[in-house]
Amino acid sequence: MDQAVGDQVVMDAEDRWTVAGRSFRSRLIVGTGKYKDLAETAAAIEASGAEIVTVAVRRVNLSDPKAPMLQDFVDPKKYTYLPNTAGCHTANEAVRTLRLAREAGGWNLVKLEVLGPPPHLYPDMQGTFEAAAALIKDGFEVMVYCADDPLAASRLEDMGCVAIMPLGAPIGSGLGLQNPAMLSLMIEQAKVPLLVDAGVGTASDAAIGMELGCTAVLLNSAIAHAKNPVLMARAMKAAVEAGRLAFRAGRMARRMGADPSSPLAGLIR
Amino acid sequence: MPILRRMSDTTTEPSFTVNGESRALAGAMTVSDLLVVLGLDGRKVAVERNEAIVPRSVYGTTWLAAGDSLEIVHFIGGG
Repeated sequence: MDQAVGDQVVMDAEDRWTVAGRSFRSRLIVGTGKYKDLAETAAAIEASGAEIVTVAVRRVNLSDPKAPMLQDFVDPKKYTYLPNTAGCHTANEAVRTLRLAREAGGWNLVKLEVLGPPPHLYPDMQGTFEAAAALIKDGFEVMVYCADDPLAASRLEDMGCVAIMPLGAPIGSGLGLQNPAMLSLMIEQAKVPLLVDAGVGTASDAAIGMELGCTAVLLNSAIAHAKNPVLMARAMKAAVEAGRLAFRAGRMARRMGADPSSPLAGLIR
Repeated sequence: MPILRRMSDTTTEPSFTVNGESRALAGAMTVSDLLVVLGLDGRKVAVERNEAIVPRSVYGTTWLAAGDSLEIVHFIGGG
C-alpha cells in the first residue's frame, strides 16, 4: 500500500471519540423507539453501525409479563444502553427514572432530558439544571439534552455534564438543523463532546451536523419513520461518516464568482 | 405463596399499589415474592418502593406494608 494511503487508513482507525472514559468508533447514536416491532428495531440498529443506543424506562405491563423485551433483541452486551428520561417534565421524575435505570442495568452513563409541554417539547432548562445537579451528586455521568443556548451549555459543562446535546429542531420533527450558526458557536466553546440531538430528518441533515464539527449525532425518528428504516439506517451511517470526513478534510473557502477547474493555458484558437 | 388480588373500590382490607394498580396485601410478602407472583424476571426489571430504589440484593428481605406504592420498570424502545 502507498505510504500516504496507509497513513490515512491508520488515522481513520484512530478517529474515535470518548465520553466519560468510554471510547467509540461510531459517531451515530440511535434511539430504539417508534419501530414497527422489536425485530425491525434490531435490524435498523445493526444497519446503522451504532455502538450506543438510547432506551426508555417504563412500567412493566403487569397483564403481559412474558411479552418480548428489548434486551432479547438488542443485546446490552453488544450495544451500550443509554437510558433516557423521555417523557419526564420535572427534575424529580427524571432523577427517579434514571435511578431505576441504574438499578435495572447497572449503568451510570445516562441521557438527561427534562421537557416542556407539547407541542414543542422544548428542553426545560430550569428542570434540566436541577436534575443534572442531583444526578451528578449521585454519581451519574450525564449526557444532557439542552437548548441551543451557549450560556446554558457552558453552565452544564461546568457542573460536570460529560456531553452537551443541543437540539437542531424539535424532537421528532424531522425539520433538519434549523440553527447551524448557534450549533457552530457551541461547538467552538465546548470542552466535552457536543452532539446534535433531535431534528434530523434525512441523511443530509446528519452530514451537515458532522460537517459543522459535532462529535456525533443522535437520532431516532428519522430512521424509525422512514418508509424503509433499514435503508435509512445505512444512509445515516454513510452520512455521518461522510460528514466527519469532510470536517476533517476541511472544506474549501467559499468565493463569490467562478474559478475554472480546467487550465486556461493551451486553449485552441 | 400468597395470592394477589386486584382490589375492588369498596373494600377496606390492607392493600398496596403496583404500577398504579391497587392490590390486596394478603399476608406477609417480600418484593421477591411479588415478582414471582407477577411472573417477572427480577434480572430484567428495577423496583422502586415509596420513591426509593429497592436494590436487587434486598428483594428477599424487603417486606411489603399496607399503603406501599411500588413501581416496577424495565427498558423499552425510546429515543
